[in-house]
Amino acid sequence: MMKQWPLYLGLLLFNVFSIGAQAELTIEITEGVQSAHKIALVPFALSNTEEIPVNVRDIIQADLMGSGQFSALDKASMLSTPTQESEVNYRHWAVTGQDYLVIGEIKKEQALYKIQMELFDVVKKQQLSVVNVSVEARSLRMAAHHLSDAIYQKIIGMEGVFSTRIAYVTSNIKANKQLQYDLYVADYDGGNAVSIAQSREPIMSPAWSPNGQHLAYVSFENKVSEIFVQTLASGQRKSVAKYRGINGSPAWAPNGKQLAITLSKSGNSDIYVLTLANLSLRQLTHSWAIDTEAAWSPDGKSILFTSNRGRRPQLYVIPSDGKGEVERLTFSGDYNARGSFSSDGEKIVMVQGGKGSYRIALLDRRTENTTILTQGAADESPSFSPNGQAVIYARRKAGKEILSLVSTDGVRKQDIKNTLGSVREPAWAAKVQ
Amino acid sequence: MNVNKKLVVSCLMPIFLSACAGDGIPFWEDESPIVNVSAETGAESQAYLNDNTQLEEGVIVDKVSSVALGEQQTGRMSGFSTDSESLASRTMYFEYDSSQIRKEFIPVLESHGLYLMNHPNQTVILEGHSDERGSREYNIALAEQRAKSVYKMLQLIGVMNHQMKVISYGEEKPSNFGHTEASFERNRRAVVVYQ
Repeated sequence: MMKQWPLYLGLLLFNVFSIGAQAELTIEITEGVQSAHKIALVPFALSNTEEIPVNVRDIIQADLMGSGQFSALDKASMLSTPTQESEVNYRHWAVTGQDYLVIGEIKKEQALYKIQMELFDVVKKQQLSVVNVSVEARSLRMAAHHLSDAIYQKIIGMEGVFSTRIAYVTSNIKANKQLQYDLYVADYDGGNAVSIAQSREPIMSPAWSPNGQHLAYVSFENKVSEIFVQTLASGQRKSVAKYRGINGSPAWAPNGKQLAITLSKSGNSDIYVLTLANLSLRQLTHSWAIDTEAAWSPDGKSILFTSNRGRRPQLYVIPSDGKGEVERLTFSGDYNARGSFSSDGEKIVMVQGGKGSYRIALLDRRTENTTILTQGAADESPSFSPNGQAVIYARRKAGKEILSLVSTDGVRKQDIKNTLGSVREPAWAAKVQ
Repeated sequence: MNVNKKLVVSCLMPIFLSACAGDGIPFWEDESPIVNVSAETGAESQAYLNDNTQLEEGVIVDKVSSVALGEQQTGRMSGFSTDSESLASRTMYFEYDSSQIRKEFIPVLESHGLYLMNHPNQTVILEGHSDERGSREYNIALAEQRAKSVYKMLQLIGVMNHQMKVISYGEEKPSNFGHTEASFERNRRAVVVYQ
């Protein structure tokens, strides 16, 4: 029954983010902790070392708590502190009402930290899984997120998002009173944040490539709008669109070979498909109106976009090969914009405006029902989590732009606290296996 | 004020309809209709000039601006010698989700247009901006339409295409960092930036 999951991390993937500073963002649950699984995470035993640069157990606890689906037992209430299976006394955990127990050991061997984590079902009195991870110090945080994913998968039965990453844009007024814009890449919880592009001119619209290796974004650094594609591992980047007028709203095709972009070179904003290999362009929409904010369906066959061809901005869809009719998708409310598909293609998340407020809304394509997920005045830039369970978005709180998470049932809400000034335009990367 | 706005709309419509004339050719690349449009719309242009004289240009512009925009001053060109108050105003403000030029800013654009016609080597950047509400890329497109409205009007007055360049910043460069309606009004703007 026991399942061994050896994970060998600390390889290429993590080198990119090794220079991360302290976590500048932290998750704070604002609404909706209920019917949570009760879990006790005993402090992990350390051997061959006195200290560990990252508290793995604390990160796992924060991940699980942050999901809103778990509540953790505080250390002071623990009747025993087992670090291996033979020391587990199920009664100690049943008496405090726990559903699950996690114990662990971290052994240092030269530069490697070898982590063993065990998960137990307290009610059934059985071990559910044992996970082994070996990493260098710089990858401890990512290892902890992988362990959280393993626990989440086992208990919830769904892929966790704790090891996924986000990108976002910040703007800050510097000491010289000039605005500086930064493009950041970070763990989903804001940890390991690294600025990968900086400019005194605006940076906008980060978009992850499907393989998580590249980011497309808009930069005004040359005093015109321009779309760049940057490779995270090497830091190399390439200008892929610098036409007269707007160069905006890049969106990767699921095959990773094309970008849908907005250009206004023919007079007003239209959607184009740019093939990255040779930078050839195909114009997809031809209206007199504003067409922008393209997003591909997961099967790559259609492209969702915002248009004011009906006078007010609404969402429309067009076949990505341009052969077919444009279909209007939204009819409720007089402002629906910046839509994107869930990974199963069944839901669309968007910004819905009305009566001076802009909120995140979810359109179910099967039932055609629209659900409002947030209650802010200026909520924007929604992006689905890779498992489709949550949406990250930007909102204003006490006059400051911050990132927030909301579950797609609208019940759980979490703010990502920040010390980075104005934080916006979150983009959640797909989970890379 | 409402009556005035309606007047602007009805005055501007014929210009834009003829300037856009549905042929799909971008206005800055299609030279021939521009000449026609200028000729056809001479009457409307004259009407604006008449309005200006009635309004006592410059003085009234500031007065209207301060009514619409509160106590803050409209933008000024620094280090630029001018004998016109209108020419010193270089920011045009817009209604929510609109790229129609408001009547009170027509004298301002007339002044810039005449100056640029008389100084054919002078170039300007026409910046488009929006308030922070709604989605960012949509605001980029909306703000570009504002800058292009200014472009079209200056072009109709007779400014050469090569003297003007449009750039849209959407909501990315607010001039006012507040989050009230008064701030939004300040941020929905097009700015004539002399190079």
